Amino acid sequence: MSALSLFTQAFAAGKIRVVDLTQTLSPEFPHISLPPEMGQAWPFRIEEVSRYDERGPAWYWNNFSCGEHTGTHFDAPIHWVSGKDLPHNATDSIPPERFIGPAFVLDCSKESSEDADFLLTVDWIETWEKKHGRIAPRAWVLMRTDWSKRKDPAEYQNYDDEGQHTPGPDVDAVRFLVDERDVLGFGTESIGTDAGQAYHLRPPYPCHYFMHGAGRYGLQCLTNLDQLPPTGAVVVAAPLKIRNGSGSPLRAIALVESP
Amino acid sequence: MILKKKNPILRTRLPTLPPAARSRVALGLTAAAALGRFELQQCSDCGAVQYPPREACGSCLSTQLLWKQQSGRGELLAATVLHHSNDLFFRERLPWRLGLIKLESGPTVVAHLHGAVPAAPAPVRVAARLDRAGQAVLVALPDKETTDMADDRQLREFTCDPKLRKLLVTDGKTAVGQALVKALAAAGAHLIWVGYAEPWKKFAGFEELKALPQVTLVPLDVTDSKNVRELAAEIGGKVDILVNNAECHRTFGIGNRQGVETARAEMDVNYFGLLRLAQEFGPAMRSRGADGLASAVAWVNLLSIYALANFPPHGTFSASKAAAQSLAQCLRAEMRPAGVRVVNVYPGPIDDEWNQLLLPPKVAPAALAAAIVKALREGVEDVYPGDVAQEWLERWRDNPKALERELSS
Repeated sequence: MSALSLFTQAFAAGKIRVVDLTQTLSPEFPHISLPPEMGQAWPFRIEEVSRYDERGPAWYWNNFSCGEHTGTHFDAPIHWVSGKDLPHNATDSIPPERFIGPAFVLDCSKESSEDADFLLTVDWIETWEKKHGRIAPRAWVLMRTDWSKRKDPAEYQNYDDEGQHTPGPDVDAVRFLVDERDVLGFGTESIGTDAGQAYHLRPPYPCHYFMHGAGRYGLQCLTNLDQLPPTGAVVVAAPLKIRNGSGSPLRAIALVESP
Repeated sequence: MILKKKNPILRTRLPTLPPAARSRVALGLTAAAALGRFELQQCSDCGAVQYPPREACGSCLSTQLLWKQQSGRGELLAATVLHHSNDLFFRERLPWRLGLIKLESGPTVVAHLHGAVPAAPAPVRVAARLDRAGQAVLVALPDKETTDMADDRQLREFTCDPKLRKLLVTDGKTAVGQALVKALAAAGAHLIWVGYAEPWKKFAGFEELKALPQVTLVPLDVTDSKNVRELAAEIGGKVDILVNNAECHRTFGIGNRQGVETARAEMDVNYFGLLRLAQEFGPAMRSRGADGLASAVAWVNLLSIYALANFPPHGTFSASKAAAQSLAQCLRAEMRPAGVRVVNVYPGPIDDEWNQLLLPPKVAPAALAAAIVKALREGVEDVYPGDVAQEWLERWRDNPKALERELSS
C-alpha cells in the first residue's frame, strides 16, 4: 500500500489528529510595535462589503487588510537583511516541500512562567535531547512557552518601561540549531521568534539574523503547542504565495498520531 | 443647576430647530458668530452701523458696507416674556424672555434675554450666538458676569456647555487628550469616557486619568471599524459631546518619505477615523438633540491650521487634515437638523512630540484644552487657538494664494 493510502486510511480511522496551531485573525489580536517614526505593519482590519443588504442583497463578504507579519504568521528568509540575497528566500519561491516538516516541541513553559525574559540555551536543548532524542535535520523546532494562553493582550505583549518581555532563544542556541541541527525553522507562541528583549543581544534579534541568514524560516504567534507531543508531530505551514513576500499570515496545523 | 436622572422609559422628544432662513447678507452675522465675534455692518461712506443686515446702508443708500466688530454694549429699553408661540422650537421652551436693546453704536435690536438681566432700563452686553439651527441670533447678557451665568436655561440653548454632560474623548493617550479630560472634568462634565488605542501599551498619565471620578477608560482605536461600532452600541446613546482628538501626525512631505504607508496611516486616523465615528455615533446623537438639560449637543474635531493651507514640511498630515475638514463640513450639515453643533478646532503647532523641531510659539496642550472648553461654553463653531493659528487665519482670509506661497518657501 502506498504511503499516502496508509495516511488517508489512518486519517479516516481517526488515528491522526489535527491540532490547529493558529490564532484567530481579529483586530483585537496584538500586533507588532515599532518605534512610531518607523514604518509600521498594518494590524488586521476588516470592513464589511455587504451583508445581504442594499450593498449586495444575497451575499455577505468582507475586505480585510493586514501586514505580512500579522497574527499567526510565517517568516521567509528575505524578511531579514541577512537573508536578502539567498535563493528561494521569499514566500513565492520557497520550494513547497518545505511547508511540511516534523516538529520537535521544546517545553519551556515552566521556565517562561518563572521568567518572562527566559532565554533558551544550548545546554537546555542538549538536556532535552538526552530525554527525547536528537533533533532531526530539516525539522521545525517549536518553543512551547504557553504564552498563547495569555488572553489579555497586555499580558501577552508584556510591556514595561524597558519594552517587551517575552521568552526566546539566545544567540548560541540559534547558531546551534542552524549549524549543528540543520533545522527547517524556529517557531514560538509570542509575537516574535526572538525574545522581547532581543534588541539588546549581539547581534540584535539573533533568531531572525541567523535563521533567515541560513535560509531557514520562522513561525510566530502559534497556539496549542501544549497539545503536541515532544516529538512525532508533523507541521503543515504554507504561507500565501505572495510575489517576493517576506512572510504571510497562514493557517498552521499539526498532524499528531493518536495513542 | 441640578440634573435629574433621565427616566429611561419615557419618550425622548425629537429635536426641533428655531427658524433658520437667512438672506445671504445676513449670513455675515453667522460667519462672525461662528468665530465667537459680534459683527455688524458699518457704512464706509456715512459711518452708520446697522441692524438687521441689508444690501445697502439704511441712512445713505451706500453699498460700501463692512462687517465691523462690536462691543455689544447697550441699554435694555424694554423686556417681555413670550408665553405663546406657533414655532415648534419655541413653543416647547416657553416662557421665553426677549428684550429691546439700544446699542451704543446706534441700532436698536431685539435679543434673547438672559435671566440675570434686570428689568429695564438696565445696561447689557449684546453678543451674537449661534442657535440650534446654526444661525446667528443676538443674546443680551448681564453687564457684569454673574456666577453660574452659563447655567441660564435660555443661554444653554445657544451653548454646548460641558457642565453636567457626558462626553467621549477619543484619545486619552496624548498630552492634548489628557489636558482635555482634566479641563472638561473641571468644567463640570458629568461623565467622561476616554478612549485609548493599543491597550497593551502603557502610557504616561494613565493612572492619573483613571483616578478622576468622572473618567471611564475604554479601549478605542478609530482605525478599527468593529471597535468603533461596538463602543457606539455600548455608550453611543449617552454621549452628549464627542471630542475627536485622535490624531496621527508624522512630519513628512512627499519627497522625504518613500511610499504611501505613513500618509495612509494619517488618513486612516485623521479622515477615516472621523468617518467611522460619525457613522457609528452620529445617529444616536442626532436622536438626542432635545434630550432635556443634558441633550446631545456638540461634536468637536481636532483639525489643524494646516487644513486651510498645506504646510509642506508636514505635507501629508496637512492633506489628511484638509480631508477631515471637508468631511466635518458634511457632518455639520448632517448633524444640524438635530441641533448638534460640529465644532472644528484649528490649532497651530501643538507643543508635542511631533512638532519637536518647530520653533515656538507652540500651543500648550492645556491652552488648547482651555480653548476647546471655552468654545463649547460660548457655542463657537470654529476655533483657532494660539498665536500661530490666529496669524495664519488672518493671512489666509486676506489672501489664500499669498499664504500658499509663504508656506512653501
